[in-house]
Amino acid sequence: AEPELLQLQVVIESPEPGCHSYPHLGSSEAYHLTVTEPVAILKADEVWGALRGLETFSQLVHEDDYGSFLVNESEIDDFPRFAHRGILLDTSRHYLPLKSILTNLDAMAFNKFNVLHWHIVDDQSFPYQSIYFPELSDKGAYSYNHIYTPADVHLVIEYARLRGIRVIPEFDTPGHTESWGKGQKDLLTPCYSGEKPTGSFGPVNPILNTTYNFMTKFFKEISSVFPDAYIHLGGDEVNFDCWKSNPEVKKFMKKQGFGVDYAKLESYYIQKILDIVSSYNKRYIVWQEVFDNKAQLKPDTVVQVWMENNYAHELSSVTGAGFTAILAAPWYLDYISYGQDWKKYYSVEPLNFPGSEKQKQLLIGGEACLWGEFVDATNLTPRLWPRASAVGERLWSSRNVTNLQNAYERLTNHRCRML
Amino acid sequence: AENEPPWGPPCTQLLVSVATPGCDGFPSLDSKESYKLTVSEGSLLLSADAVWGALRGLETFSQLVGRDENGTYYINETEIVDFPRFPHRGLLLDTSRHYLPLRAILETLDVMAYNKFNVFHWHIVDDPSFPYESFTFPELSKQGAFNAMTHVYTANDVQTVIEYARLRGIRVVAEFDTPGHTLSWGPGAPGLLTPCYLGKGPSGTYGPINPILNSTYQFVSSLFKEVSAVFPDAFLHLGGDEVDFTCWKSNPEIRAFMKEMGFGEDYKTLESFYIQRLLDIVSSLGKGYIVWQEVFDNGVKVRPDTIIHVWKENSTPYMEEMANVTKAGYRALLSAPWYLNRISYGQDWMAAYQVEPLKFKGSPEQKDRVVGGEACMWGEYVDVTNLAPRLW
Repeated sequence: AEPELLQLQVVIESPEPGCHSYPHLGSSEAYHLTVTEPVAILKADEVWGALRGLETFSQLVHEDDYGSFLVNESEIDDFPRFAHRGILLDTSRHYLPLKSILTNLDAMAFNKFNVLHWHIVDDQSFPYQSIYFPELSDKGAYSYNHIYTPADVHLVIEYARLRGIRVIPEFDTPGHTESWGKGQKDLLTPCYSGEKPTGSFGPVNPILNTTYNFMTKFFKEISSVFPDAYIHLGGDEVNFDCWKSNPEVKKFMKKQGFGVDYAKLESYYIQKILDIVSSYNKRYIVWQEVFDNKAQLKPDTVVQVWMENNYAHELSSVTGAGFTAILAAPWYLDYISYGQDWKKYYSVEPLNFPGSEKQKQLLIGGEACLWGEFVDATNLTPRLWPRASAVGERLWSSRNVTNLQNAYERLTNHRCRML
Repeated sequence: AENEPPWGPPCTQLLVSVATPGCDGFPSLDSKESYKLTVSEGSLLLSADAVWGALRGLETFSQLVGRDENGTYYINETEIVDFPRFPHRGLLLDTSRHYLPLRAILETLDVMAYNKFNVFHWHIVDDPSFPYESFTFPELSKQGAFNAMTHVYTANDVQTVIEYARLRGIRVVAEFDTPGHTLSWGPGAPGLLTPCYLGKGPSGTYGPINPILNSTYQFVSSLFKEVSAVFPDAFLHLGGDEVDFTCWKSNPEIRAFMKEMGFGEDYKTLESFYIQRLLDIVSSLGKGYIVWQEVFDNGVKVRPDTIIHVWKENSTPYMEEMANVTKAGYRALLSAPWYLNRISYGQDWMAAYQVEPLKFKGSPEQKDRVVGGEACMWGEYVDVTNLAPRLW
């Protein structure tokens, strides 16, 4: 008789397997898979490793021409190279219906991604329905049909959790906040032309107490709604023109002795936000400008490097200053181009930057970003996948897994599996 | 009264008047697509010379209808006289690089109708696969399709496409591209392709169709006889692009033939030799033909009513090519700036929109020879999972 596989036994070794808790940066995702007849064994320290092993097991099973399912005798000892392997979705430039997000979480699980970086609001729209500040989405969302209710948010978090995926929300300030101003009067800086307000608004107004009162209350809510230990606070691309035009802001600059260095004002704001968020026992991730503009950061801040120009140099600087880093710069998947661009994403070696061993250890992973300017539910899936799979392998597999031809063969099979 | 809605009396009927019936016929390059649409109080009238114009007018009408906050459908008083600038407005789909299931093709035809496209250029076979189920040569798809059971277009499928298109005023112009782009023809038609040589012996690989054998022309005759009967349009696209001469040059019999014919070392002459015979065959079957620009560039003798399809962006600037083609008296189709498979970041629709097909130096007679253009969606990186969002 042909050897048959009758059972896959899943054994979780730790006394705290984690089935009822949330995955976190320090979760163990290692697993050991032994496939022999009649019983295969999947062993992992924590449930998160079991999830990864189950995905692998599902990939080992293949079908022959007659429809029989086969699996080869195997012994696999596996664990991720990087602990932070994320996908960024942007639900502000275009609203993404829940179904889109959930399908994407499935695809992420197929590729062992473990972080959903939810860039949930931005200039264009504010779809997050806040409990304390309902006006934010009332006035700032594209429409009542383009909102994430608290129930929607819980659904995403739980759907992700069951797949071992952390949900890190990003509430990007002080720039990228135009939509916040619709529902929160006096939050944004009024821009001036000479003596008169133009009627348009700029970044969050850093000089008003009301700003920090609002942020204190707002981040209290965010801290309780999102269970992950980290919140992404943004801090990118702050345009100083509006601040420079505002006479009150100019007065404040003088008072604080900032001179004409608006980066100092930006840092002043950021530091206060970081303190607010810290007080809720959350840690934070920020875009690289916050580091570049010399804001005072807590030592456990995570800096996300996104600017493509000379990003290796930036990684050296960030880790050299003792901060943890996440790499996104070479993986902006919204930048589509003709042909097999997955190869260029696959060929990135995150640790190819000048630095000591200690510095290299501070690079905890990376993210493939799908900014939403030209993306919505009609094209999200084919645009993100399977290109993101190349990033997924780069972040999970060993440094020496680099053969493009071999990767091509496995990627084509994997794509068909995902379909 | 104050509480009356701002709309006039409800319209319940759109009267469609077609001067010359033709509902059972096929659209052609000369079809009249003009229409007149008049929307006034209590009267909706769409009139056209031919049913094809009525189809275009119906599409416009559907776009004019709006809906207010209460859900009421409304339409503004309108008077429209409309007709196409170019009679050939096409879309190319490639079902060889990746098979496209029938539903993807039919869905594309629907969206083409929404955008008043009227030619479906079906690049049905090529190097990677041969999904066209031939009645005369069943082995072609049996051996050449990606999967002879699941990745083929049966005779029924083909007729379904043709009829679905017809009902939308869309012509189906099939392309059986030769002598290059024919690797998938080889397995089902042994002896058709040129065996390449490595030194004295065959290397085991194959090149373009073998132009020196009588059997080649017998085969081509029979196949195109079938294709001409299956596809009712007056035109067939015969390809003729990117013929790689390396294999021909390596084959001793071909070299001998070149000598015998006095072609010297100019393999373009051999290519022309094949193409001319092909064109004669297709002509005798009563079809007109469209060919890619190389056929013109390489000096092949073609019929005066040949349509030259301009696609190259690299060598000669395509506007120059358009000028040359029309100057030589041939009609031209423009695709070069409209290779939609070449994706790039951002609002690339603008570059496509800003193309002015007649922006070349030439007489008015030359300009009249530009019959239109085609957006091309080559299939190297396209299948049913991404066709629609990539194309539209």
